[in-house]
Amino acid sequence: MKKENILKVEDLTVSFSRYQKGFHKTSLEVIHSLSLEVNSGEIVAVVGSSGSGKSLLAHAVLQLLPQNAKTKGEILYRGNSLGEKQSRKLLGREISFIPQSVDYLDPLMRVGAQVQGVYGTKERQQMLFQQFGLAQDTQQKYPFQLSGGMARRVLISAALMENAKLMIADEPTPGLSVDLAMDTLKYFRNVADQGAGVLLITHDIDLALQVADRIAVFYAGTILELAPTEDFVKGGQALRHPYSRAFMSALPQNEFQPLAGSQPYAGNLPKGCLFAQRCSLCDEQCKSEDAALMRQVAGGKVRCIHAIDQDRNREIGNRHQAMAGI
Amino acid sequence: MNGKKIFTELLRMVCLLAAVSLVAFLLITNAPIDPLVSYVGTNSTLSPEAKEEIAEYWGLKESLPKRFLTWAGHALQGDLGTSITYKKPVAQVIGERFSYSFVLMLAAWILSSFLGFFLGIVCGLYQEGIFDRCIKVFCLILKSAPTFWIGLLLLSLFAVKLGWFPIGMAAPIGKLSSEVALGDRIYHLILPVLTLTLVSISETTLYTRQKLVEILSSDFILYARARGENRRQLVFRHILKNVALPAITVQFSSFSELFGGMALAENVFAYPGIGTAITAAALNGDVPLLLGIAVFSGLFVFSGNLIANILYGVLDPRIREGEAL
Repeated sequence: MKKENILKVEDLTVSFSRYQKGFHKTSLEVIHSLSLEVNSGEIVAVVGSSGSGKSLLAHAVLQLLPQNAKTKGEILYRGNSLGEKQSRKLLGREISFIPQSVDYLDPLMRVGAQVQGVYGTKERQQMLFQQFGLAQDTQQKYPFQLSGGMARRVLISAALMENAKLMIADEPTPGLSVDLAMDTLKYFRNVADQGAGVLLITHDIDLALQVADRIAVFYAGTILELAPTEDFVKGGQALRHPYSRAFMSALPQNEFQPLAGSQPYAGNLPKGCLFAQRCSLCDEQCKSEDAALMRQVAGGKVRCIHAIDQDRNREIGNRHQAMAGI
Repeated sequence: MNGKKIFTELLRMVCLLAAVSLVAFLLITNAPIDPLVSYVGTNSTLSPEAKEEIAEYWGLKESLPKRFLTWAGHALQGDLGTSITYKKPVAQVIGERFSYSFVLMLAAWILSSFLGFFLGIVCGLYQEGIFDRCIKVFCLILKSAPTFWIGLLLLSLFAVKLGWFPIGMAAPIGKLSSEVALGDRIYHLILPVLTLTLVSISETTLYTRQKLVEILSSDFILYARARGENRRQLVFRHILKNVALPAITVQFSSFSELFGGMALAENVFAYPGIGTAITAAALNGDVPLLLGIAVFSGLFVFSGNLIANILYGVLDPRIREGEAL
């Protein structure tokens, strides 16, 4: 199947205006020049700790940010600019969204009707419920009567009501048993294999490692590194950004080594590299403006001026050796 | 509503009525009212011995607890005593008067509920728009204005200046009650109903608006939008139901404000309902009528709250079907 570009986010910046002390209006930038692509047949995971603005990225793509939010940059869906007007025709039909929790269901509406939504049919909903092992009387229930696992399956069936080309899942697995979580991931894989693009937003790197084709590491409102999943599986020097390396070595199955400090608050960001304060490689250069730019390094993208291309170094080294041998 | 719930509600009602009548009784016996003087008048020619005899017969010499128990015992048998003002049994006075007040309150309640709900929805949907701003200011003014003042304003404008409506009463002066047509009654009701509606509408509007704003920023609306629902579908599929549920119960539990507003509005328009009866009873030291109305108003407000409770259980699936879990 020919790969098609499903979602392209270019230089997206999201800021909120708010009132500070008295009537002084300030704007708070929560997502900074973020770029990301999702192709057909591909699962891209956006991984980051909580409070880094991951959900806002999903809401921005869906054009559902609150009114006091301002966005800059461009969001393209299959090559066409995606604005509020275009998204109205696509949401629920070509673009589907899996929210975080059962709180996203109307508390006073029966589950069946909600899953069907405005475009779906009852037949399809019943088929999906059967497929997900939900008893047929589930459709007569209200959201408060669902258990955590049932709610999750309900939300996923809602996302599958239409044959979406782009699926955005915001933390789809917390509260699920390991089996159910694995099942859920299989559905995402299926969806992707059928030619859709999946944007998986999660704080769970294990999950991303299991299923994603590429992983984006999200930190303080932007992506620090975007690389193929294999690089994350290899870890260490295969990764380009010190934060990604620290993130991976903080995992229990790796060194289980926590990283000191916490991510900077959106209203008080350092100049230059966002990670500088916690980075062991930090030097004067990191405080310059272009330290924060995204650059291409060894088949991935990274925002670090110290990132080195291991393969290329080795290649250069080999060449030197070869030359020395002559 | 199962048996146990009905029993607890009944028990609550009995306790409330007992408490209301006791407090009302204590207040009235401690007020500078002499039931005897109220009855015979200040310049009666009755001999002191005769007065003594009446006081003896009425049991005014007894201790307070005994007097209360005597009254309560009679009240339980349906005998609330005789009104000094109207020279009729208290129950009958309340019955007649309430039929007038009931129409007034019902009309104002329905009008303010529907109009307030509608205005609140529109304001909430077009938040911070020009319509919303105007209605909000209007509501805040109404909310802070005293009922009688609004009544007087309407009266001086529509009845005195423009002469569109009668200045008061429930029927034209000088007509026999048998000759009064339904049209006359409605004509006389308009201004009092308008006053009472205006007084209660701001509460409903502001409440509905606030609820709507809350709901609009809730997660389930965001999700519904993410699934492609347009504004109309959002309103009819999700918003109306989620706003109406709390609004309905608030409407029923606002009976106490309604009753208070009614009393003031009736006095401004000399409308012959319970409200004017309260004033007359208070001015004439009419102890039995005052006590009767106090108990009756307690019952009225309680039934509003009771209906609110029952309705919530019927309408909200989380309570209705949660019980079965």
